[in-house]
Amino acid sequence: MTTHSADTPQSHTVGLLAEFASQDELIQAGRTMRSAGYTSLDAYTPFPIHELDEALGVRPTRLPWLVLAAGLVGGISILAFQWWTNAVDYPMLISGKPLFSLPANIPVTFEVIVLSAAFAAFLGMLALNGLPRLASPLLRSVRFARATSDGFFLSVAATDPSFDPQATPAALRQAGATEVETLTESTTQQPLPRFLGMSLVVVGSLAVLPPLIIAGARSTTSEKPRLHNVFNMDFQPKFKSQTTSQLFADGRAMRPRIPGTVPRGSLPTNPEYEFGYVEPAAAAEPAAGDARQWVEEIPLRVTSELMERGRERFNIHCAVCHGRAGFGNGLVSQRAIELQQGTWVPPTSIHTQYVVEQPVGQLFNTITNGVRKMPAYGHQIPVEDRWAIVLYVRALQRSQQASLEDVPEDIRPTLRELN
Amino acid sequence: MSTANLALNPELPPDRLLDGDHDYRSITDTVCQIVERPQPPKAWYVAFAVSSVLTVILFGLVGYLFVTGVGVWGNNAPVFWGWPIVNFVFWVGIGHAGTLISAILFLFRQHWRTSINRFAEAMTIFAVVCAGLFPGIHVGRVWLVYWLAPYPSQHLAMWPNFRSPLLWDVFAVSTYATVSLLFWYMGMIPDLATLRDRATTRVRQVAYGIAALGWTGSARQWSRYEKAYMLLAALATPLVLSVHTIVSFDFAVSQIPGWHTTIFPPYFVAGAIFSGFAMVITLVVPARAFFGLKDLVTIRHLENMTKIMLATGSMVGFAYAIEFFIAWYGGNPYEQFAFINRALGPYAWAYWTMVTCNVISPQLFWFKKFRTTPWLMVVVSIFINIGMWFERFVITVTSLSRDFLPSSWGYFKPTAVDVLMLIGSFGLFFTLFLLFCRYLPMVAMAEVKAVMPKPDTTAKVGNTASAEGGPQA
Ligand code: HEC
Repeated sequence: MTTHSADTPQSHTVGLLAEFASQDELIQAGRTMRSAGYTSLDAYTPFPIHELDEALGVRPTRLPWLVLAAGLVGGISILAFQWWTNAVDYPMLISGKPLFSLPANIPVTFEVIVLSAAFAAFLGMLALNGLPRLASPLLRSVRFARATSDGFFLSVAATDPSFDPQATPAALRQAGATEVETLTESTTQQPLPRFLGMSLVVVGSLAVLPPLIIAGARSTTSEKPRLHNVFNMDFQPKFKSQTTSQLFADGRAMRPRIPGTVPRGSLPTNPEYEFGYVEPAAAAEPAAGDARQWVEEIPLRVTSELMERGRERFNIHCAVCHGRAGFGNGLVSQRAIELQQGTWVPPTSIHTQYVVEQPVGQLFNTITNGVRKMPAYGHQIPVEDRWAIVLYVRALQRSQQASLEDVPEDIRPTLRELN
Repeated sequence: MSTANLALNPELPPDRLLDGDHDYRSITDTVCQIVERPQPPKAWYVAFAVSSVLTVILFGLVGYLFVTGVGVWGNNAPVFWGWPIVNFVFWVGIGHAGTLISAILFLFRQHWRTSINRFAEAMTIFAVVCAGLFPGIHVGRVWLVYWLAPYPSQHLAMWPNFRSPLLWDVFAVSTYATVSLLFWYMGMIPDLATLRDRATTRVRQVAYGIAALGWTGSARQWSRYEKAYMLLAALATPLVLSVHTIVSFDFAVSQIPGWHTTIFPPYFVAGAIFSGFAMVITLVVPARAFFGLKDLVTIRHLENMTKIMLATGSMVGFAYAIEFFIAWYGGNPYEQFAFINRALGPYAWAYWTMVTCNVISPQLFWFKKFRTTPWLMVVVSIFINIGMWFERFVITVTSLSRDFLPSSWGYFKPTAVDVLMLIGSFGLFFTLFLLFCRYLPMVAMAEVKAVMPKPDTTAKVGNTASAEGGPQA
């Protein structure tokens, strides 16, 4: 490298800056200089000029690859994160749906892909361009201020192998430059002012204080009573059961039943039909289990319509758990077993001997009030439909205990083919 | 208002984007003088005084809300999503025009966008600021708002549900705000460098110098910059469409009659663009008059925007009709009731305000007179903004106030806090906007220069350059 006359002990030449009258002249000059063998050329314009890329041999940027990579990494990470948080670390059970279901995870994945790719585009552009760089020899040139308004400039770096302090300015003028100036940079590093460093330290240490205080408070216990920021949220004015109240003459917060009203389901006109059993008349306590006299016959006229109705209702209300044939292998049960749900009790097969032996009234009661782990369906299925289901359950049970005589005669010969 | 431009316009070639006689220098001067002159116009002071008072009211009310609780709003059973959510959707919708102009029109090489994109992007950011405020303060216990973020927490020992539309919304709106901000700022870097290089005071030099990040406009920088801009546009385009789609999921994924419909995403997006452009017109017409930008933002630009409003407004009208058709055709009695209730129920006044403003008023843009007379555009745009607010009100409130169970029906009444907060959010929006007009380059100078016809070099630029630059070699 050669030295230049503008060099002083404090500064050295970093390059030359030439101004041109118009964009066309700039492009032309760029081509000329490049064919003259200069490689460290750059042009400065107030707006992008695509011909310059070709004139100066600007290579296409790697930025798109960066953006693609960031998008992929962002997308895959957030998808894995959603899977891990919602299906593994804290399984979110929502109406028996699968723990991980791609469609519902797409929106967040998409947003994060865009976000990470956008950051890559912005930060990547800055990084590849060497920005932010708040001080540079170019920005010290007064003339150069026009480069962001209406000036067109070309620079040749002093590191260029073809650079020559005498020949290069001449070549630039030859190429049409209206003015050529030398860019210099100071060799001595100017340290940051002392007060700036000091105040950075002070601000920095003050900034870590609040998080430290919070972390400290969170990880220790205190003997002082809790602070109630929002008092009426922590202490809500309301009555709980078994408490007193000044509002009513009897001083009770809970109200007795209003005379003349009947609670839901406690007005039997026909207990056999509505409950499926009668209580022994003598019993003072409500009878349970064995004390009940179960209804033995379905208290409705048994018709094929009732059977059809029963089949339909069974398939709607019961088959999800018990399976369409009643073996206890419905979809909900299969799914629960598949998910290895600890609390799941498999539905009883209605073909179990003790269920087959139950009177119809007991089956009716099972539907109405549920049994052990099975929920009650009385509020959901009208009385007549419950009896229809019982009838159909009976038919299902019969189907598993049938003999050849139960099959209509004309079908008997074809039975073997059914297998 | 601008009869001169109007008279001038027909003689201009159709591809001409600017009025008047401009070269690069004069573009710089026109845009920079707004920021550089020592005093803004009187009207700026008046507008700023009014809007900052409203902003103070808004933040005062937010403080009142924090110490008192959400009971200060009209939200109550059965309408738990009252005005705050209406305002949120309204402002997010407005925020869609900016990125649409900058990203989608950029990808379609619509060069006319260069004069208005900066402006519209700024509007987007400020609208999203207003939008983000409402769900933020709607969470009840604001001091726990960070629970929305998926962070490993010992205290909660759980994670947010990533399959909930409300969580999608958090991601969508915050991504949108961030990407719009990046896009806006990146687009502004070259222009900030222009302001830096023209700065005369030390404060301006330092402030714009830091903001411009040392941009020099070198060919290499431009090459990467343009690529980055293109990539951001390509990313922002599906993003714009996704944001209002996800906002509509907040409603559509629930099962309330009148919300649970598949038409919501496209219908919301069309409505968002519609309202966004209406807001751009409302702002740009006065701004171009006050700040002397009529040559850059010409009648042609305004006319193009009115055409987009006509198109999206008609889409919105079509969607209103289809909702009724589907309610009838779908045969769901609750859905049918929801729509009959909208048009004829206790909120019929709101419904018909919405229809008048959103369906009928944009049809005026079929007439050239409405497309080319700035003050008429502003009037129609204001009506559209009113209509679009009512659209969100109708959707949110009518469906909630009367759903499946008649015993829990109710009628929503806003409180004074509701009303003042809406007005206050306009104050915040305009305050930010006025600050933008005063301190940042309102028009993307570099982009305008890149699409304007090359000035007659020998006559203008060449002369000034050689006069300053000394003899040619
Ligand atoms: C939600 C799943 C589910 C549904 C739906 C369901 N069951 Fe059950 N059922 C069960 C389970 C589980 C058991 C076993 C309970 C236990 O052992 O704790 C059971 C047990 C039974 C029994 C045996 C009762 C006994 O005395 O041991 C009968 C009979 C029965 N169900 C009939 C029905 C009928 C009829 C219907 C439709 C109205 C129905 N179930 C619907 C889950 C279900």
